[in-house]
Amino acid sequence: MPHSLTTRPLSRTNDFVVKFANVNGSGSASANGMFAKSILRMGVPVAARNIFPSNIQGLPTWYEVRISEAGHLGRRGGVDLMVAMNPQTWDRDVAEIEPGGYLFYDSTKPMPPSKFRPDITVIGVRLTQICNAAYTDPRQRQLMKNIIYVGALSALLDIDPAVLETLLGEQFKSKARLIAANIEALNLGRDYVRQNLEPIGLKVRHADKVGDRIYVDGNTAAGLGAVYGGATVCAWYPITPSTSVAEAFTDFCHDYRIDPETGKARYAIVQAEDEIASIGIVVGAGWNGARAFTCTSGPGVSLMQEFIGLSYFAEIPAVIIDVQRGGPSTGMPTRTQQADLISAAYASHGDTKHPMLFPQDPGESFEMAALAFDLADRLQTTIFLMLDLDIGMNDWLTAPFEWDDKRQLDRGKVMTYEELEAGKDFGRYLDVDGDGVPYRTYPGVHPSRGAYFTRGTSRNPYARYSEEGGVYVDNVQRLLRKFETAKSLIPSPVLKAASRASKTGVIYFGSTTPAMNEALEVLEAQGSGIDALRVRGFPFADQVYDFIAAHERVFVVEQNRDAQLRTLIVNEGGVDPAKLPSVLHFDGTPITARFIVSEIGRQLGVSARVSVKEATQ
Amino acid sequence: MTYIAKPRLHHPNLTPNALGFTRRDYEGAVSTLCAGCGHDSISAAVIQACFELDLAPHRIAKLSGIGCSSKTPDYFLGASHGFNSVHGRMPSVLTGANLANRDLLYLGVSGDGDSASIGFGQFAHSIRRGVNMTYIVENNGVYGLTKGQFSATSDRGSKSKKGVINHDTPIDLVSVALQLGATFVARSFSGDKAQLVPLVKAALRHRGAAFIDCLSPCIQFNNHAGSTKSFDYVREHNEAVNRLDVVTPRDPIHIDHEPGTTQVVTQHDGSVLALHKLGDHYDPSDRVGAMTYLAQKQALGEIVTGLLYVDPAAEDLHDALGTVDAPLNSLNTAELTPGAARLQALNASLR
Repeated sequence: MPHSLTTRPLSRTNDFVVKFANVNGSGSASANGMFAKSILRMGVPVAARNIFPSNIQGLPTWYEVRISEAGHLGRRGGVDLMVAMNPQTWDRDVAEIEPGGYLFYDSTKPMPPSKFRPDITVIGVRLTQICNAAYTDPRQRQLMKNIIYVGALSALLDIDPAVLETLLGEQFKSKARLIAANIEALNLGRDYVRQNLEPIGLKVRHADKVGDRIYVDGNTAAGLGAVYGGATVCAWYPITPSTSVAEAFTDFCHDYRIDPETGKARYAIVQAEDEIASIGIVVGAGWNGARAFTCTSGPGVSLMQEFIGLSYFAEIPAVIIDVQRGGPSTGMPTRTQQADLISAAYASHGDTKHPMLFPQDPGESFEMAALAFDLADRLQTTIFLMLDLDIGMNDWLTAPFEWDDKRQLDRGKVMTYEELEAGKDFGRYLDVDGDGVPYRTYPGVHPSRGAYFTRGTSRNPYARYSEEGGVYVDNVQRLLRKFETAKSLIPSPVLKAASRASKTGVIYFGSTTPAMNEALEVLEAQGSGIDALRVRGFPFADQVYDFIAAHERVFVVEQNRDAQLRTLIVNEGGVDPAKLPSVLHFDGTPITARFIVSEIGRQLGVSARVSVKEATQ
Repeated sequence: MTYIAKPRLHHPNLTPNALGFTRRDYEGAVSTLCAGCGHDSISAAVIQACFELDLAPHRIAKLSGIGCSSKTPDYFLGASHGFNSVHGRMPSVLTGANLANRDLLYLGVSGDGDSASIGFGQFAHSIRRGVNMTYIVENNGVYGLTKGQFSATSDRGSKSKKGVINHDTPIDLVSVALQLGATFVARSFSGDKAQLVPLVKAALRHRGAAFIDCLSPCIQFNNHAGSTKSFDYVREHNEAVNRLDVVTPRDPIHIDHEPGTTQVVTQHDGSVLALHKLGDHYDPSDRVGAMTYLAQKQALGEIVTGLLYVDPAAEDLHDALGTVDAPLNSLNTAELTPGAARLQALNASLR
């Protein structure tokens, strides 16, 4: 085993990054998940991220576990311990290890010394040999190899074996034989380490930093939020990374939405033939008074454009959960980005714009999913809930789900049979209250009043046919008033002020939040703390523009190439773009704290030099 | 023109139906289609069918896509909610509306461009799912609103008004509907009201996907010599397999039939369809037989009309999904929101 160390081995407790390099379809995901959860159960916060291919079997896949007693849940950048189980990616995996870091590999077959690095510690475990000696069935050899390496790692890192055994018990429930077999495999790995290897500098120690938080992915949370938000119709078409939203909604409906007396369903879920039909079903259901949603990703939003415009002009409630990914259709479906902001905000033809919600994590994905249905009804338009793959498909440590039992579904302005019967004036597109939001009726409500013929535009406030220019202008101006009303309903931005007054600010949103939080701490520790504003939706609240006005320069950090949030801010608020330098991360992996700190630092440094130069001229 | 209001003054002796509505109560705005358009005859048939069935107009939802045919829902059932949606996408909008409230009757109106071209997929999938609806295609073989392009139902070899010969194979929506599992399939002709009205009535009373392909000549762009969708051509080649009487459960059931010539079908809601056979032996309960018969007659250039297939015991999409009897849009917060206690248990399982 090559062991020529030129750098001191890393020594860290409850603060390091482990990355597993696997082949997809090899059963590694559940073993890796158990590894992460065991640390969580020891009271130490973890953030785990899958970096996986658009494939079922045979391509490289990674699982990165950030262990952080301090509670940093973003990606840090860099790897302290690489579990290199995939020969295809060996070279790049080894190259990614931090100086002084560790490489864990299957040492059954000898590797040439050139395949290692002098500045890392190499940990060889004869996994294949152990497996082949213990098991005869090829599939069992494959699956148990994963458990054996978890056992070996647990011994190296001091992970409590009792916690792992509990987790296996939960996973296999009453299947005692499977539990015993897996515990045996764990011990094969643990025993090998104890008998053959020296302790390493990375350790996990019991702590109490997890609290009452839960560990769940954003798509599950959004599906649950749709149940709590009262959605009864879901129409969807499979597309990574949004598919599991519909699957979660289906599962939760099975659990929570069956009529106890009849056994019948208080919901209808249709897997449609495409995204156009999905949004068509949603619009039809919304028109008819049901709460309806679809879940999709960028390519699906592209296909839905015509209907989104109809929803805007005909004023029909709809909710679209967009789990963003790398574009385009044959793009990077399994990689994360925040790159659908502009296509969602201004979706469709004609003058259109649509409210969006930006959850920071699964906890907010739940809350905002439920909120989206109230907003759709109140504003009678399409509401976008903008998740991304990082939030949607990774398990996050997040606030527990909460619900106020006094909360009632807000169905917005719906004129009832009684109101119509009493002779209340009904004009489907009449701005009665001055907030741009008209009243609507559900089809079938009254024998002789309240019926109207739904069209996009070309009708007057009473929904009667008209192609008059003035009528059109009045109508679309009213839609702008409605968009103003939306501002007051979108969750307010969240301010994090620096410890000392700062002339520099930063704006960010969504899954960037945990990395941003850590970056802010680092900047603060470096003595260059900046004020931060987390934007939670579109249209932007006045606070966003007040924040920009109150600072000399405001960085906008986002995970796309074209600075889409910044474009929206500039476009909607008339801000001087020069005031808003960008920090952009868009390689498909989640943004890291290191990246943010170095980019902001670089740009602050660059401008500092410029100002020095200017001063000397 | 729709902005010209119809006179509200009605003849005092108009006969009301069982609900007290007169025919006028089933009418809509004044049609803006060309004088003599086949579509207006279909609108009149819908009005008559709904009046005769004693349907409450406001309990019908009428949905359409885009095109001349899709404009027609404005011209009937003025007391019903209507939705002129997106080109070719009426089926999905209707599906969603139906899921939201299973208690209304859904009438989808479409055209051959709307359903056989841009919306062919949605037509197919709504039929496959068995959405409880009456789906009428007002089929004129031409794009009227954009002035005379061939549609996908235009026959091969037929001639456009500009003299172009159509090369492409036509889509026969009736055959496709049969293959996709529609549980009520009919073809009719806008010029044959006696045939069309009972078919619309039977379709409205059918539970499941009821499809009517109604040939409806375009007086402006497809009514010339060389067209196979002209009034003259359809009249000459119309081959009706049966004549239909619809008897609703409310009426005393008295069917005048001679053994061997009339087939009686009782639909799910108790409505009785009396099918008087014409010409060949034809069995509308035999899906495969219907498809074969249609293919044979089509090869001879004949246009088969009548009630071509009906499954009186059909199930619909709500049956398949097992949804509650109450309309989904009527469920309240308590019925939809599981509450805080459930979340505590769920949170515990996620730690």
